[in-house]
Amino acid sequence: MSLVTNSVRSWFLTELASGMSIIFKHMFHNKATLNYPYEKGAISSRFRGEHALRRYANGEERCIACKLCEAVCPALAITIEAEPRDDGSRRTTRYDIDMLKCIYCGFCQEACPVDAIVEGPNFEFAAETREELYYNKEKLLANGDRWEKEIAENLSREAAYR
Amino acid sequence: MAETGFWSGYALPFLLILGYILAIVVPLLISVAFVTYFERKIFGLMQIRKGPNVVGPFGLLQPFADGLKMLMKETIVPAGANRNLFLLAPIITFTLGMIGWAVIPFDEHLVLADINVGILYLFAISSLGVYGIIIAGWASNSKYAFLGALRSAAQMVSYEVSIGFVLVTVLLCAGSLNLSEIVLAQTELWYFIPLAPMFIIFFISALAETNRTPFDLPEAEGELVAGYQVEYSSLAFTLFMLGEYANILLMSGLCVILFLGGWLAPFDIEPFTWLPGIVWFFLKTAVVMFLFTWTRATFPRYRYDQLMRLGWKVFLPISLAWVVITAGALHVFGWMP
Repeated sequence: MSLVTNSVRSWFLTELASGMSIIFKHMFHNKATLNYPYEKGAISSRFRGEHALRRYANGEERCIACKLCEAVCPALAITIEAEPRDDGSRRTTRYDIDMLKCIYCGFCQEACPVDAIVEGPNFEFAAETREELYYNKEKLLANGDRWEKEIAENLSREAAYR
Repeated sequence: MAETGFWSGYALPFLLILGYILAIVVPLLISVAFVTYFERKIFGLMQIRKGPNVVGPFGLLQPFADGLKMLMKETIVPAGANRNLFLLAPIITFTLGMIGWAVIPFDEHLVLADINVGILYLFAISSLGVYGIIIAGWASNSKYAFLGALRSAAQMVSYEVSIGFVLVTVLLCAGSLNLSEIVLAQTELWYFIPLAPMFIIFFISALAETNRTPFDLPEAEGELVAGYQVEYSSLAFTLFMLGEYANILLMSGLCVILFLGGWLAPFDIEPFTWLPGIVWFFLKTAVVMFLFTWTRATFPRYRYDQLMRLGWKVFLPISLAWVVITAGALHVFGWMP
């Protein structure tokens, strides 16, 4: 019996036909791809993207130059120099992140006691030269100002788990 | 009789034929470009993707962007390659892809060379196609290219045998080697109905003949990188691609002429006969082309010994048997044209 069915199958190419009909039906499925530059997928609130240095609501920068992020960074991407400011508070004079070395592990934001350095939701910061990816303090603070709304929202959403 | 001058005797006919050739080749190259686009689009749809949609409206200008990119690349001739043959091979492939179209009837009387052995001419052209590939493989002086070329040559030779028998069956039924007359012989009944098994064998052999999936062993990216094309770049590669796709289109066209009634409308009644024959020809060719793409999207690649087994142990006996059966039936029932 199986000999008969098997030979009917192979002579009438039924399996090939059923395979092709499945593929044909796929033409009318909803597309699995996003039209990327115009459509974007959802991003988790824990997403670790481009770094940013945050400020307090009064405009004072959060970073207190404790250098915990520099110490914890496994890729040695962070370089910090610090001096007491005129008003006596301790602040960084230099805060560089080499984005080419960074592995986006998120240890820096976990080490930070004041939520100053965070990895924001931005992942579209490709550049044409390496120099553009050596971030300094101005760039990081500008990122913080630009993404503050999203970062604050993500932090408050994750607050219960930290 | 007046003596024919240089102009009326030689120059004008030459220019006229040149015009005819351009009228075939230019639309052909444009359709090859769009075939690559539609192929990618259909793949996209079948794989639940969107396919090219950025360059131009619906990505329609994508093939031209690709062509431009291809032309701007550097032509690299490997140091160990035989330079002349290396550059000759893509030209051969491209030329053979083009000249087959000389005998294809797009409509009644709409054919460049209405020769009475059209089908033999096409058979000869498609057999010569091996040369472009094997020269490319040999002249590249690379083991991948050489292996790909050897495979391709063996494969094309094997499947040409069964294609030959399919052609014999069709011309037994039509009683002519002229492609236009083969089409006209199908006015009553298109041959894919009485000769259904031969139609399928022809289609599958055409896949193997044009090195398409599931028989694209010569290109086999997995093991042979890209087969005989591996050392080619820029214009030479473009010529290979154009020749290959022109060949696929030619095979689709041949399939339409032999089995699907060429330019004839499906039913010889009012709404169908409104469209001119050439439109029907293109529609049918597009359908067969879609079948080619559909199979490529569906099936994985054959193993080499399976490919040879299919060609020699399955297709050859079946097609040979069908030649005998068809000839016998035609003779016994007196249907011989």
